Amino acid sequence: MITHPRTEELAQAVAAWIDTIRPGLDPRNAFLARVAANALATVGRELTRGPAAEATAAAAMAQVLGHGGPHAELNAELCARIRSAELTVATPGLLAALRTMASDQLAIDQPSYRPEGTPPPRP
Amino acid sequence: MTVDVADALARLALRLGGEGARLADAGRLSGGASMETWGFVIEVAGGREELILRRRGAPFDPDNARSIRLATEAALIRATGARGAPVPPVRHICDETDGLGEAYVMGRVGGETLGKRIVSDPRFDAVRGGLARQCGQVLAQIHATPPPPDLGLKTVDGLGELDRYEEVYRATGAARPILELAFQYLRGHVPDPVAPTLLHGDFRNGNLMFDPDKGLVAVLDWELSHIGDPAEDMGWICTNSWRFGRPDRPVGGFGDYADLLAGYAAAGGRAVELSRVRFWQMLGSLRWGIMCLTMYMSWANGTERSVERPMIGRRVSETEADLVVLLEQGL
Repeated sequence: MITHPRTEELAQAVAAWIDTIRPGLDPRNAFLARVAANALATVGRELTRGPAAEATAAAAMAQVLGHGGPHAELNAELCARIRSAELTVATPGLLAALRTMASDQLAIDQPSYRPEGTPPPRP
Repeated sequence: MTVDVADALARLALRLGGEGARLADAGRLSGGASMETWGFVIEVAGGREELILRRRGAPFDPDNARSIRLATEAALIRATGARGAPVPPVRHICDETDGLGEAYVMGRVGGETLGKRIVSDPRFDAVRGGLARQCGQVLAQIHATPPPPDLGLKTVDGLGELDRYEEVYRATGAARPILELAFQYLRGHVPDPVAPTLLHGDFRNGNLMFDPDKGLVAVLDWELSHIGDPAEDMGWICTNSWRFGRPDRPVGGFGDYADLLAGYAAAGGRAVELSRVRFWQMLGSLRWGIMCLTMYMSWANGTERSVERPMIGRRVSETEADLVVLLEQGL
């Protein structure tokens, strides 16, 4: 791994610079600049949390499918076996595995999103 | 063809306001690549009229478009308004002499459309508790409106929507287990057919204008209007992506299912079971997930270059996080 700076630090630095120039932009570009800064924040989170999330997902899928393998292959097999209705909401462990995967992905993509079932914020 | 909208609006001011009328404060308010919204004012000797121009900036493809023609949109606004639904007053449907292409003009209604403010701004604390009921009443008014003849509105049902979105999903090449499971589950839970009615088609927090004293004052953005199951409109406003951080309040982030259904019944709407609303709500999350994938694809295939597009693709996971909870709960 390359350090001084690490990749996520480069993303962080560019995002911070975008934030400094945003106030001077026209409304459309100010909006796009905010999207761009958010994209870099997502890149940063994926760099730091992505590998662990992928390993967790692979383990969860292996449990449901009954064998291990690379993430992409397990994911494709899981999709195919759901599509053929071999796996359903009644399959033991399936929903729990999917919940873990969704929650880890959301923590990378959009950590502020409050999914269905989240209790109200404390006042 | 490039249209000088400000120039055309100056001529339109004369047409609508009469001799001596003057255009003021013309400016583009918002809108994506295909649909433009302009604000403008017509000043006459006796006063001023605040107006909104809605115009299509890109060519319309009636065979492939999901959306309807703007003249159709205006006709539906007039028809539902005549049944009592709160809508902006349609002032003028543009024709060739206006030189604005496909467009219409409506009166400017004051209020708030930003969903986040409706659910959390203290200015709306006083009316918030009544909004879900009001939404139910207004939906009953819209659904009771006989569609004006010859508009060519599409008719859709649950199974047809699942087929359509699954086709779009397969074409993206994405492999998403939760979306697969949602398709499979919803196919097994398609509600019995009901007599189809006119639907708004995009009835959600963000397309509705609210006033801090009066509540719901205008239903906007009619471009996805079609004929179908009344519960489709009810389920879409309950989809968590439009609750703006308040998943504990299922209707738009401001109210409860029971109030929506009670308002609907009180205004003469046919009885709708909650499970039917929840079917369309779940299909709503799935639909939004597929739409996010499509927006990413439009960037990936080079049609759109905006940084916004790939980032919307990362919103698929919000719908997956919602769908997995709905799959656990069941309808």
